[in-house]
Amino acid sequence: MAAYLARRLIESLLILLGVSFITFFLLYVLPADPVRQIAGRSATPETVQIIREQLGLDQPFIVQYGRYLGGLVQGDLGRSYLQKTEVAELVWSRLPATLLLMVAAIFCELLIGVTLGVVAALSRGRPLDHVVMVGSFVAVSAPQFVVSLLLLYVFAVKLGWFPIGGYGTFAHLVLPALTLGLLGSGWYSRMMRSSMIDVLRQDFVRTARAKGLTRGRVILRHALPNAILPIIAMIGIDIGVFMGGIVVVESVFGWPGIGQLAWQAIQRVDIPIIMGVTLVSATTIVLGNLLADIICPMIDPRIKLR
Amino acid sequence: MKKLLASTALALALTLPAMAQDYVPDPNALSGGNITVTYKDDVATLDPAIGYDWQNWSMIKSLFDSLMDYVPGTTDLRPGLAESYTMTEDGLTYTFKLRPGVLFHNGREMTAEDVKYSLDRVTNPATQSPGAGFFGSIAGFAEAMDGSAKGLSGVTVIDPLTVQIQLSRPDATFLHVMALNFSSVVPKEAVEAAGDDFGKMPVGTGAFSLAEWTIGQRLIFSKNANYWREGVPYLDSVTFEVGQEPVVALLRLQNGEVDLPGDGIPPAKFTEVMADPAQAAEVVEGGQLQTGYITLNVTIPPFDNVAVRKAVNMAINKDRIVQIINGRAVPATQPLPPSMPGYTEGYAGYAYDPEAARAMLAEAGFSDGFETDLYVMNTDPNPRIAQAIQQDLAAIGISANLQSLAQANVIEAGGAGTAPMIWSGGMAWIADFPDPSNFYGPILGCGGAAEGGWNWSKYCNADLDAMAVTADSMADPAQIADRMKMWSDIYMGVMEDAPWVPVFNEQRFTMRSPRMGGDDSLYVDPVSIPVNYDYVYVTE
Repeated sequence: MAAYLARRLIESLLILLGVSFITFFLLYVLPADPVRQIAGRSATPETVQIIREQLGLDQPFIVQYGRYLGGLVQGDLGRSYLQKTEVAELVWSRLPATLLLMVAAIFCELLIGVTLGVVAALSRGRPLDHVVMVGSFVAVSAPQFVVSLLLLYVFAVKLGWFPIGGYGTFAHLVLPALTLGLLGSGWYSRMMRSSMIDVLRQDFVRTARAKGLTRGRVILRHALPNAILPIIAMIGIDIGVFMGGIVVVESVFGWPGIGQLAWQAIQRVDIPIIMGVTLVSATTIVLGNLLADIICPMIDPRIKLR
Repeated sequence: MKKLLASTALALALTLPAMAQDYVPDPNALSGGNITVTYKDDVATLDPAIGYDWQNWSMIKSLFDSLMDYVPGTTDLRPGLAESYTMTEDGLTYTFKLRPGVLFHNGREMTAEDVKYSLDRVTNPATQSPGAGFFGSIAGFAEAMDGSAKGLSGVTVIDPLTVQIQLSRPDATFLHVMALNFSSVVPKEAVEAAGDDFGKMPVGTGAFSLAEWTIGQRLIFSKNANYWREGVPYLDSVTFEVGQEPVVALLRLQNGEVDLPGDGIPPAKFTEVMADPAQAAEVVEGGQLQTGYITLNVTIPPFDNVAVRKAVNMAINKDRIVQIINGRAVPATQPLPPSMPGYTEGYAGYAYDPEAARAMLAEAGFSDGFETDLYVMNTDPNPRIAQAIQQDLAAIGISANLQSLAQANVIEAGGAGTAPMIWSGGMAWIADFPDPSNFYGPILGCGGAAEGGWNWSKYCNADLDAMAVTADSMADPAQIADRMKMWSDIYMGVMEDAPWVPVFNEQRFTMRSPRMGGDDSLYVDPVSIPVNYDYVYVTE
């Protein structure tokens, strides 16, 4: 286990190094000059040159990247070009909100997706099955911008059950988590359905039934833990999808996470912020996958970590 | 003695009109209360030397003061931290007498040393201020900017309440420059204590001070009880909630949770809001010192041919473009917006006439038209406007390929001079101060045509540049009419060369909650967008 973890952690570091290199390179070749954004529209060429030198942006790519890595290993993400604030401060003050939203969204999608998937599998071919499958199709296809506005309009504006966007209490969390969770639940209900149908066909389920166990016990104790495995592995991958969707959902619900930070920074070529958010998101995804891989053998002892 | 008399007379001439028109306090104004303002984007910085977007501009105005200021709701200058000022006859020396007893938010009294420190700071290259270029007429500017001198040699402290500023050339816009946020007076000790974080912990002399800033969520401004202007601000506090989508902000306003949606009425909701009399009554419409235009790069054939540029000017149906944005603008005939001094009244511009445009193009040798690229920023409604332009051009045989890119990429292509045509929407010029010269130098003058400059037409007319220099050296207030005539002539000269297609001047529509009070002009204040926080109030 320890050797496995060590190897995976080293792999993760290499992945992050690769991510940092690719992102830094893409920002370097981008046909947009961050110095122009800083210097403003009335700057003279001399001023532009002075700022370029101060930021070290006149140096060759490899020197710039080397300096960035040098800061990174000391935990220094640099300062924002335009806000002059420490990037670490900007990211850390926003990361908890994003992580909270992510955990709540994963909870929502598991709850909705797994329940509906099991229900559909058990009523396979019957109207209920069709309703669930059509519903999941809609959930997967609906643009999150539309879903979030729809939920907001119905449940916050018309019914007044939840606040109209914002952050702070549990009530603020429900709608954004549900919006993000609905998309995932569409995928999960489909995966769960087919996985459950597979498992229900297996010999050990028939044996359990033959032993005279109740239907509920067979499904919950024997079938479900086996059927849910692909879902757990999926969550790790899903974190990447979340990071994409979170930009839209955070912006509609006024959720103060890193998605909004990234969006604003990209608009203005604020490279240190873009790098910081990308690296933190990548770290979250890598760690999420690692966690999923560690959890799987706990549920299914047949899987061995090597 | 003669000189002294002359300068006193001048000082009177300069100060009296402004004083005479100063703001009349609203007799119905109530003190107290809080308003909630929303924005989509987080506030980048509140450092007056750095902040240069329309969101933090008005916020910084309420936290800081400069030597000069504007009468609320107007473009008229009035003294700010300077109680009075004099200008020598040659227009090269300004002496500002400071208001005594003005306190910074940290309790210390503001002095002439702070004025000097603030001007030195904004022109220090280490500050990386996007506004440094505005101070180019102060003596010693070049030396300060290239680091060979420490501070501006032209700024001298005479005594704790008197500061003298020496210019290297007469500058008719100088008092406007002294009213810019970049000229805000900051306390040295607070700047040095905060270092690069001054933008997050601002200390000024303004009507409000920053009480709370939770990154990504909200900022709270609270009333400066010691504010040196009597009776203002009326509000106890202003809460800025950030990260709010404009559509959501409108829903919250309708629900009574928000007083001012800072990003305005979302385009998709505009018609709906204006169709409802109750909501439309809370919308204030006003002009804006803004022009949306198409640049035609005069260095890229066939736009090096003035006939082609004129033909393009005649091909664009501006009324239709205004319709695309729900009539939130007026068609433009010239670079200057109508509310800017120096605007040429009665000039019709190039009228929409595709037939004549086609004929002119044929005469110039392009009877079969040509192919070109039109660059545009990729956020709504700009791509839709670009499509309308594309259709208008197609009607006279020009086939324009749309290059829809992120803002920074369009600016880069414009500065590098690789874009034949650019629709300026989303990056359009909004005046820094209400003076016609602000629409020339960087975007139409030879200086701005350098690599990386904002003159995306790369248009450079040495005669007009010389006229601009002459006009801006007419600092004597008695010459104001001549100066404005000269600026009008300059822009007419520009239209003759047609490096731009002026398309429209955007109107501003500010929506507020029914409980907000104050003159309508405060809600379309030309220098404070969306509103002048110091003078608005709530009625309950």
